[in-house]
Amino acid sequence: MAVVAYNAPQSVQEAVALLSGSAIKTKVMAGGTDLIIQSKSQTIEPLQIVDLKRIAEMMGYTLTDAGLSLGPSMCCAEFTALQDVKALYPGLVEAAYLIGSTQVQGRASIGGNLCNSSPAADTIPALIAVGAQCVIASAAGERRVAVEDFVTGVGRNCMQPGELLQRILVARPDPGTRDAYLRFIPRTEMDIAVAGAGVSVTLDHQGLCSAARVALGAVAPTAILVAAAAAALIGTSIDETAVAKAAAAASAAASPISDRRGTSEFRRHIVGVLVKRATLIAKERALASL
Amino acid sequence: MSEAREFKYIGQSTIRPDGFDKVTGRANYGADLALPGMIWGKILRSPHAHANIKSLDTRRAEALPGVLAVATHSDFPSVSDQAIESGEGSLTLLDLARNVLAKDKVLYHGHAIVAVAAKTAAIAEQALALIDIEYEVLKPVLDVREAMAAGAPLLHADMFTQGLPEKPTTASNVATRLEFKMGDIEAGFSAAEVVVEREFYTPTAHQGYIEPHACTVRFEKDGQSMIWCSTQGHFDVRASTAKLLGMELGKLKVIASEIGGGFGGKTTVYLEPVALILSRKSGRPVKMIMNRDEVFKATGPGSATRSWVKIGAKKDGSITAMQGRLAYEAGAFKGSPVMMGCMTAFTPYAVANMYVEGFDVVVNKAKVAAYRAPGAPQAEFAVEMLINELAVKLGRDPIDLRLQNAAKEGTQTIYGPKLKRVGLVECLEAARDSKHYQQALAENQGRGVAAGFWFNVGGQSSVHINMNPDGTGTIVEGSPDIGGSRASMQMMAAERPCIAPSLLKPIIGDTENVAFSAGTGGSRTTFATGMAVIEAAEDVVAQMKQRAASLWNVTAEQVDWADGVAINLAGEERLSLAEICASADRTGGQISGRGNINARGAGPSFAVHLCDVDVDKDTGKVDVVRYTAIQDAGKAIHPKYVEGQYQGGAVQGIGWALNEEYIYSKEGLLENAGFLDYRVPVASDLPMIDTIIVEVPNNFHPYGVRGVGESGIIPPLAAVGYAVEDAIGVPVTDLPLSPPRVFGLIQGSR
Amino acid sequence: MAKIHITTSINGEATEFLCEPHETLLDVLRNDLQMTGTKEGCGSGDCGACSVTVDGRLTCACLVLGVEAAGREIGTIEGIGSSDKLSIIQEKFLEHAALQCGICTPGLVVSAQALIEQNPNPTEAEARYFLAGNLCRCTGYDKIIRAVLDAAATMRGAA
Repeated sequence: MAVVAYNAPQSVQEAVALLSGSAIKTKVMAGGTDLIIQSKSQTIEPLQIVDLKRIAEMMGYTLTDAGLSLGPSMCCAEFTALQDVKALYPGLVEAAYLIGSTQVQGRASIGGNLCNSSPAADTIPALIAVGAQCVIASAAGERRVAVEDFVTGVGRNCMQPGELLQRILVARPDPGTRDAYLRFIPRTEMDIAVAGAGVSVTLDHQGLCSAARVALGAVAPTAILVAAAAAALIGTSIDETAVAKAAAAASAAASPISDRRGTSEFRRHIVGVLVKRATLIAKERALASL
Repeated sequence: MSEAREFKYIGQSTIRPDGFDKVTGRANYGADLALPGMIWGKILRSPHAHANIKSLDTRRAEALPGVLAVATHSDFPSVSDQAIESGEGSLTLLDLARNVLAKDKVLYHGHAIVAVAAKTAAIAEQALALIDIEYEVLKPVLDVREAMAAGAPLLHADMFTQGLPEKPTTASNVATRLEFKMGDIEAGFSAAEVVVEREFYTPTAHQGYIEPHACTVRFEKDGQSMIWCSTQGHFDVRASTAKLLGMELGKLKVIASEIGGGFGGKTTVYLEPVALILSRKSGRPVKMIMNRDEVFKATGPGSATRSWVKIGAKKDGSITAMQGRLAYEAGAFKGSPVMMGCMTAFTPYAVANMYVEGFDVVVNKAKVAAYRAPGAPQAEFAVEMLINELAVKLGRDPIDLRLQNAAKEGTQTIYGPKLKRVGLVECLEAARDSKHYQQALAENQGRGVAAGFWFNVGGQSSVHINMNPDGTGTIVEGSPDIGGSRASMQMMAAERPCIAPSLLKPIIGDTENVAFSAGTGGSRTTFATGMAVIEAAEDVVAQMKQRAASLWNVTAEQVDWADGVAINLAGEERLSLAEICASADRTGGQISGRGNINARGAGPSFAVHLCDVDVDKDTGKVDVVRYTAIQDAGKAIHPKYVEGQYQGGAVQGIGWALNEEYIYSKEGLLENAGFLDYRVPVASDLPMIDTIIVEVPNNFHPYGVRGVGESGIIPPLAAVGYAVEDAIGVPVTDLPLSPPRVFGLIQGSR
Repeated sequence: MAKIHITTSINGEATEFLCEPHETLLDVLRNDLQMTGTKEGCGSGDCGACSVTVDGRLTCACLVLGVEAAGREIGTIEGIGSSDKLSIIQEKFLEHAALQCGICTPGLVVSAQALIEQNPNPTEAEARYFLAGNLCRCTGYDKIIRAVLDAAATMRGAA
């Protein structure tokens, strides 16, 4: 798509109006780290871009007793520097921090990562692990979708033409609830995830797990929430046996492909290792937060 | 030449003279030149790995408003099978022409077919989509085994294997078979008490230079045509392009821009002849830049190889026989560096009985180009892995075993000459005595030792040093500066005259204003161009002495030169260089010294590397935790830049060993033509690369210099490979050691 | 296609240009403004050769549209050091021989400056991870990291 028109609206309403009823293909852009590359790959179909970065509410955040209300277009460099957010959602912050290089961090956003809907996106398993909600705006108003229901396929999500991801909401975690995110790549940086695991656990004062969410990335067409892996942790002290069971459940739930980044057998194995390691980190953090 | 010679300027790590421009962004590289009226060229490339072109119609593209010219293979005057020296390899002219623009057949994914020039790059891109082309898709061959199998699809119906005892009657994908031998290989193995043998595989790997190929050209019907391009050898660009276009050398000027990396990959031409045709046809200057996708798909990576090696030794550790069979992928046209693999593989060892057979095999991939010590890393990987395996079998320390069998002065090589004075023993001893080698390994860690040999070359270089009336001067040389060589030229020029190096400014002349110089490659620049610089500097000193003599009315023999000053041995007078220059108009005109040479006596550089790795056994991920690169520089003119060559070569080798490989689909399409999925090492992947400069002087160079640019990429493949083997306790044979492969090896052994 | 008129500030200097909507900031800098210090190595944000700052944030110019520069402050290599005096980072690169071919150097100088501004006392690991988006094929990174750490130390001392 060759970019033929560019707009930088100042409000969500303006943006939504531009998205509806345009004669040519219209896409929103935050950091553009996916969109600009995609637009270079084929220069025939015309594309109109709606830049979200001048909309203040898309770029800011609040953190209250209710939890985090995040503008989806805030760049990761800014998001990952928020110490108050990091204290409550360390896994989500570390997932956002893993997107690309420092330069990419200066542009890429969680909203963009989510809406690009790649199977290997780093923030999606982390968002699922913390039970995030997506607030979608359109001319008709607002609707909410649980983040695990947002992505519907490879590069596809539940948003319709004329809709815009306006906000990401994450409930404030109680003491004893913390998250972690790990991904596996062949180098130390600059690779797309071969597999990813986002885990959140809730421990009570006896150190028993009362709730858990385990989400996997890059091992299925979309990130997946694996109830069986969480079930293996709930009611246990997240000991070695429980963790091994959770890892095995994760591997079993994965349906990875073989491509230039890894074979399906390898991904299936790795996601189990990541679930094990991420669970232990989340457990440490949860205990420390009690 | 004395061993411990005192130099006044040589051996310092001076600030490079082009440094200011490089750190400020002012230096002009291949894509940085714009000319008035310039238009843009783009290339249509094959979407298939192997196909006949059934029809080609460019009329719709030509009709697009803004398109000013189109070029295809038929725009080359008919080319013959005349061999042309194209940098570090030789390529027939016909093959070069067919690689630059396909004739009738496309032979790899990305093979250039048609070029379009238009007023903007965007219009040129749009025009490519308007080219009507019909393909008959053919089955591709994608590795040496497939290519050499009976009944394999053939790339060239007229390719008959050369080098066989009897001329074959059927065409083949094997372009050449080579053989090198020494002694009696059967007797050698009969005498062996221990034998190790394995087959190894190394993947296609790219030099990975950060600057894509780029040029701006202007064709002048009645005058001087001009090419500005990023290249390691502008005289080679002139020769190739002139031959392809049927031009006289004198009608084509080539200016070498600053070059953003080459490593051998910029010793041939891709865009330049095409751009010149477009310029001729449009009457406008043309700029062409490759994008990153094109660089990976359609330039010249390093050969993938399959090597079988067998080594026999007595129980006391003396090696009695070394044998190998090496099959190298040449890509779409013949000319892999298999011969150099054959010549270098066993050369670190003084063994009487050797036999190597080599095969140059065409496959449906990009035609390979030189990649830093071309051919050597792949073959040496196999040999060094086996030497380490042999050491374990014999219960010997791997450095000690190598010392016992090390090549030295007088060792007969398999490829003909006896080695002159060389520094392998000194490098091995430095490795053995290094802090690194004394360091204990932790759990899950392994260590690899490996050696490597590269001949280095000499060749033609031309230099003149033009002095100014104020005693400053310009060193005009013809070697594009890839790594900071101008700093060394400055020091070598200043040493004999004994003036401050900063008074002499080195520049790289274009093909019109400096005499012929062979390309920057083969680790020849500091050696050969350096020699020419020294000769030119000696010439300057000789002339200074003559001028002083004429001012003093004595003979030249009565004048000495020391500390930058002419001394009248028959009297008391002294004249500084600046004073002589100031009065040069009275003594015969400004002084210019010259050195035009064909340098002989290049000294080989041996290298020994140590690598420690940490392996995560649950994932197969390998971390390099410690690395030391030891190499013989003869004499390090600029120690920091010599270290830089060792470190750069080491890291390219580490990348080749761990994660770099071309990944093809079954249809032969390249799937990872970008830096995202062609995984070169990034800063966070590596520790500091420690270096030890060994100096065993090369007596054929006035200052003892040995080229150092290439040997450093040879040991890392086995240093890393064997470190992983040591860590996981499983033989390693195939590269790269990406996590899935390492994990597979670990799992397979459980 | 109609060009868009953009008013921006580059290295503190008010600048205007015309560009088509599809042009990246990298295209604009190099082709429209003849500021060729910023290099193109890949066009996809994987190599860092085109590193610039936009409103103080380190980013790849190939991943920014030219039109986005409107009203923003762009920082390029041309704005670091001056003809009279190199910046400390630039001096250290030369002193440590932290460049060979030099093509990655402008991007690295811009990135190193961003690193040290954000973290005046980086560890070796912090420097390596921050700079992981700047590929270098010649040096193996060793001397680059030494130069950056030395520059940071010098700048702390000078502060």
